[in-house]
Amino acid sequence: MELGPGHIELAGVVKTFDGVVNAVDGVNLKIPNGSYCCLLGPSGCGKTTILRMIAGHDDPTAGEILIGGENVVGLPPVARRTAMMFQSYALFPHLSVRDNIAFALQVRRISKAERRKAADAMMEKVRLTKFADRLPAQLSGGQQQRVALARAAITEPRVLLLDEPLSALDEFLRIQMRQELRHMQRELGITFVHVTHTQLEAIALADLVVVMDKGKIRQAGAARDVYDSPKDRYVAEFLGGQNVLSGRIQSVNGRHAVMAAPAGSGIQVPLTPGINLSTGDSIAVAVRRDDIDLIRPGAEATAGQGTASVASRVTAVEYQGYFVKVMLDAGSNADFVVYVSERKFFSNPFGVGDVVLATWPVGHARILL
Amino acid sequence: MSAAPISKAVAAHAIAPRASGRPWTFYVLLAVFILYVLALYGPMICIYILSFQDVRGGLVFPMKGFSLHWFVDLFTQVRTGDVKGSFDRSVKLAVIVTIITVVVSFLAGLAFRRRFRGDGVVFYLMIGSLVAPGLVLSIGIGLLLNFVGIQASWYTSAVGAQLSWTLPFGVLVMFAVMSRFDRAWEEAAYDLGASRWQTMRLVIIPILAPGLVAVALFGFTLSYDEFARTLQTAGSLNTLPLEIWSMTLNVTSPSLYALGTVTTIISFIIIVVCLGTIGQMQKRRANRVPAL
Repeated sequence: MELGPGHIELAGVVKTFDGVVNAVDGVNLKIPNGSYCCLLGPSGCGKTTILRMIAGHDDPTAGEILIGGENVVGLPPVARRTAMMFQSYALFPHLSVRDNIAFALQVRRISKAERRKAADAMMEKVRLTKFADRLPAQLSGGQQQRVALARAAITEPRVLLLDEPLSALDEFLRIQMRQELRHMQRELGITFVHVTHTQLEAIALADLVVVMDKGKIRQAGAARDVYDSPKDRYVAEFLGGQNVLSGRIQSVNGRHAVMAAPAGSGIQVPLTPGINLSTGDSIAVAVRRDDIDLIRPGAEATAGQGTASVASRVTAVEYQGYFVKVMLDAGSNADFVVYVSERKFFSNPFGVGDVVLATWPVGHARILL
Repeated sequence: MSAAPISKAVAAHAIAPRASGRPWTFYVLLAVFILYVLALYGPMICIYILSFQDVRGGLVFPMKGFSLHWFVDLFTQVRTGDVKGSFDRSVKLAVIVTIITVVVSFLAGLAFRRRFRGDGVVFYLMIGSLVAPGLVLSIGIGLLLNFVGIQASWYTSAVGAQLSWTLPFGVLVMFAVMSRFDRAWEEAAYDLGASRWQTMRLVIIPILAPGLVAVALFGFTLSYDEFARTLQTAGSLNTLPLEIWSMTLNVTSPSLYALGTVTTIISFIIIVVCLGTIGQMQKRRANRVPAL
């Protein structure tokens, strides 16, 4: 199969800065040509180090990095045909917007007239034409980001690497610039690798979400797969949107296991094919927060067959606009949150302290690794 | 929610001065400040005023007449000493010292961007010569040269002696400048394909330029009026501060004061030019286009 020019492959990549701790610990990853990939994880998980190694600003201690099928370890960024957008943009403070954007052409000794033409075309594309003669300090955060993007894109790289590109912006602008990034990626048709610690940013943007922890990849997949079917407890908790319950298996019957619950009857969960579990094993079970129904005690009958339930008490209620976030005290687990649609909630609202039964169809719960 | 709103009067009292006037401490501090300014500039202003006397003028008040006689005298009379020659030497010396200070401070600033083995030792060795008494250092250098058998002169040994004073200053200023230098700028330049030399020429030097002018200003003024470190190292020909010093011993006319006025004006011009240059650079950066 022919690999596109922007196909990235990491094979057994290890990076250590002090020879003791591996900042990146044996990472294998394939990023298809022309896709939008988000590396997601808490600070210190190694995501930025991976980005810098793809960019050519750090060399891996071991392993190979291939772009378009060729090993690029040791090559400078220009030879890799990658471009990086730095976290605080690193715009040159003494150069105008035009000169910042044309910098890559200037160092390639392209004539002044030609680079002016190219920079002007690029400014047109990112709607910066009227700011051409301004200095970076005179621009808003969103404008600075567009300059950084234009400066990186002017050499027509095959891969664009973005280090927390939205972290310097306020909430409102972040959502707007997020769309702009996605739009640019489609327009340029090149691979984007974007580092972030914000789950919403990653799942909104990425074709491929890579969840990382302590130098290792925990799960890589499409946004929906990672959000809806987290592989393990870490991914489920980091992405949010899931409640994770843990306990011991009470019994296993055919296609279901029953987990002991702190109160009431056990919780039934479907068994995952290929994983053998027996009575006494401790497991974790994930249920999406929006898959859960809240009912008042005594109304169990309406829950019907094929549902699992946890009895608990409402500890807090937060209005979120289109849904209501209800926090429950469900025994040992720290967070048990239910997203109830607004209309449904207010047709029969719960107050803090109310005793409720959280129920969900058995088929919607998943056993985590 | 139930907290009582802070009364308007209390808030006003806490923040603003009383309507009836400033507190008494203001007047005490004002008096201290006026005394300080008088003590700082008074003696110098006396000298400037006395330098404008006419031919009958003496070294003390009262002022006798008003003319530029002693300024003319300064540059014509041989008996007042070699003012022109020493001024010439001082400026040349200061230029040499300034150039070396700027270059070395710049390179040291670049070197200290990241930690290296023995960086602490290097730093303290550098700062050490700031604390060393200048006169002792000067005598030491003079002695050593004598011992080795090298002739001391203003353009060799005096340059070295003065560098022991200007370099630590220059490096410290450079550290302050470098602390605001973002290494991501260098990485960005590298990422965009700039060679090391292009990064230096197109990114590092232009961004640091105002800081380099500040280092140059320090180097020049420190060298131009350095006395202690030059005393035993300048050889047979005097620099301006040495010449002024020897004149205080044998010249008893207001031309000494005229010299003080002239050198002050020169220093002042240099400082104004340097600060103006820095100001221009920053202005160009901040307001190349008036903000909308």
